[in-house]
Amino acid sequence: MAENEADAGKDLRLERLTKRFGDFVAVDDLTLTVPRGSFFALLGPSGCGKTTTLRMVAGLEDPSAGRVLIGDQDITHLRPYKRPVNTVFQSYALFPHLSIFENVAFGLRRRGVKDYQQKTRDMLELVQLGPYGDRKPAQLSGGQQQRVALGRALINEPGVLLLDEPLGALDLKLRRQMQIELKRIQTEIDVTFVHVTHDQEEAMTMADTIAVMNHGVIEQMGAPADLYENPVTTFVANFLGQSNLIKTNVIGTSGGEIVLDCHGQKLAVAAARSHADGRSAWLGVRPEKIYASVAGVEDRTDADVLTGGRVTDVSFIGVSTQYLVAMPWGQELMVFEQNTGSRPSFRNGDEVDLMWAPDHAFLLDADQDAHAGMMRPEDRE
Amino acid sequence: MTGSLASRERATAAVPPPPARRPAGRWLADHLVLLLGILVLVYMFVPIGYIFALSFNQPSGRGATAEFESFTWSNWGSVCEPEGLCESLKLSFAVSLTATVLATLLGTLMAFALVRHSFRGRSASNLLIFLPMATPEVVMGSSLLAMFVSLGFDGVLGFVTIVIAHVMFCLSFVVVTVKARLVGMDARLEQAAMDLYANEWQTFRLVTLPLAMPGIVAAALLSFTLSFDDFIVTNFTAGQSVTFPLYVYGAKLKDFPPQLFVVGSAMFLVSFAVVIAAELWRRRRSTWSR
Repeated sequence: MAENEADAGKDLRLERLTKRFGDFVAVDDLTLTVPRGSFFALLGPSGCGKTTTLRMVAGLEDPSAGRVLIGDQDITHLRPYKRPVNTVFQSYALFPHLSIFENVAFGLRRRGVKDYQQKTRDMLELVQLGPYGDRKPAQLSGGQQQRVALGRALINEPGVLLLDEPLGALDLKLRRQMQIELKRIQTEIDVTFVHVTHDQEEAMTMADTIAVMNHGVIEQMGAPADLYENPVTTFVANFLGQSNLIKTNVIGTSGGEIVLDCHGQKLAVAAARSHADGRSAWLGVRPEKIYASVAGVEDRTDADVLTGGRVTDVSFIGVSTQYLVAMPWGQELMVFEQNTGSRPSFRNGDEVDLMWAPDHAFLLDADQDAHAGMMRPEDRE
Repeated sequence: MTGSLASRERATAAVPPPPARRPAGRWLADHLVLLLGILVLVYMFVPIGYIFALSFNQPSGRGATAEFESFTWSNWGSVCEPEGLCESLKLSFAVSLTATVLATLLGTLMAFALVRHSFRGRSASNLLIFLPMATPEVVMGSSLLAMFVSLGFDGVLGFVTIVIAHVMFCLSFVVVTVKARLVGMDARLEQAAMDLYANEWQTFRLVTLPLAMPGIVAAALLSFTLSFDDFIVTNFTAGQSVTFPLYVYGAKLKDFPPQLFVVGSAMFLVSFAVVIAAELWRRRRSTWSR
């Protein structure tokens, strides 16, 4: 479709988009630009508004306020079938009464595309389902159904492809495989993908840009590595991977570093990595950034050092060993160490010092909840 | 040598003793459910067997009796011989088909409204729909007659009034049956169709209707059966018209032509064939229908 090809060259823009269900604000004044051709992930826990946002772009939900634009075209109130946007639905929503071929051909036939048969066969080849055209969806495996859903949407050459937890119904191994596959197809056909997921690993594996959503607003947006290495809120620090958040007091600055007091021990963090402005702050360090050494043996002046730790738990994971280290003020910090085999692992009760590079830490506002974004074990997949 | 002999002896001793005889009670316990099942089936089918047998009966007197007197094929060839029998059958088919079409159409639309749209009075409608099913037919029939008479229909009681009455009581069943199918349907399928450039009408025609069809067909079959079968309400609203059930009732009071058994047997055979066909169709499609 000619207008679709033209739309492929345009950005998706959301302007002050809001959706209220009664008193509940699902999406709150969201403004966002998804550059064309990018793989964009909306990441957040269930109920954060990410799926509602997606549905407003698809036209399946009517915004309470704000606008949705593709390029300069305002599509906020267009019916779903008038939008140059296609969706891969959660659990696929394949038409059970139609064959795989008819499922994939559905969009083309509705628009009266003449050579839909050849195009459908080509698309079935692209998603590696050539021989399955005559089958019904229920006769295919989960992974195959997923590829039908993808093909059914992609065949329309949409300006923007929306993916609503597309891999949620697959088992772990198949999911990894499909992540790579999706990324490959996206690079190949150069379509803007907007991907909604609660799986931080999935988002980081595939997306160029991640927007972390919570309570209807975007907490932070950026490249996966930036979000992970330099989170600006406790929610992001905890939702993407794991973080140690240590209560500290700001006592001054020196040479581009902020000097902190942590229960009597002096620490520093790069000023560029500070997202706090109060007198007290959370100092965040990722567990794998911390190096544990036998107490009193190493003294590094170029590193942040916390002394007085005692190992209280040792978990051997295989690629790494994960320690819990109790600090003098009662907090237990996580320390992950690669199993390189270059030194023996610690045991319960060992006295250790913890150290890390100041530009691996980050500083967050103390009035945020240190537990925000932590997933309960039952939420982890 | 002695060692191997001893071991052979031990081997002989190790042969298990012959199994104890299984008590007869155990066999009974194992097969009790099967026996009960067979008994229930016999209970259900013996009366139908009688209908078949009597359809080949040649009664010596004018009416049929419960005695099987002599075998004949002739009843199957002379169904229309008893006066009024075939006319009553024709009327019954006409009434049932008309009532089925009307009730299925109206009921399906009502089911869609109740499942897909929220409007003032929806929950009340949901409740009221059930009431005709719970109302005793005698009460329904007499009140319908009273209504028709007071509306001045008493001169024209017949096909139209019967159909009106039948559509009324079939509606509830259609609504309930179709609703059950619609509630179980994934709303995302319709959203997916809209997302794939199908407008509202195309979505309905290509996705919604085919998926709701099993429910609609079941509702139509149910309506037809209920309508064809109905005696009580029909008796009140038929005036001088005679449907098949009314004819059978009338015949019972006078004489009972063996052709009635022929019609009964034929109807049973037709419904049996429909059930078998439906089952085969379902098996063929069970790979995808939920």
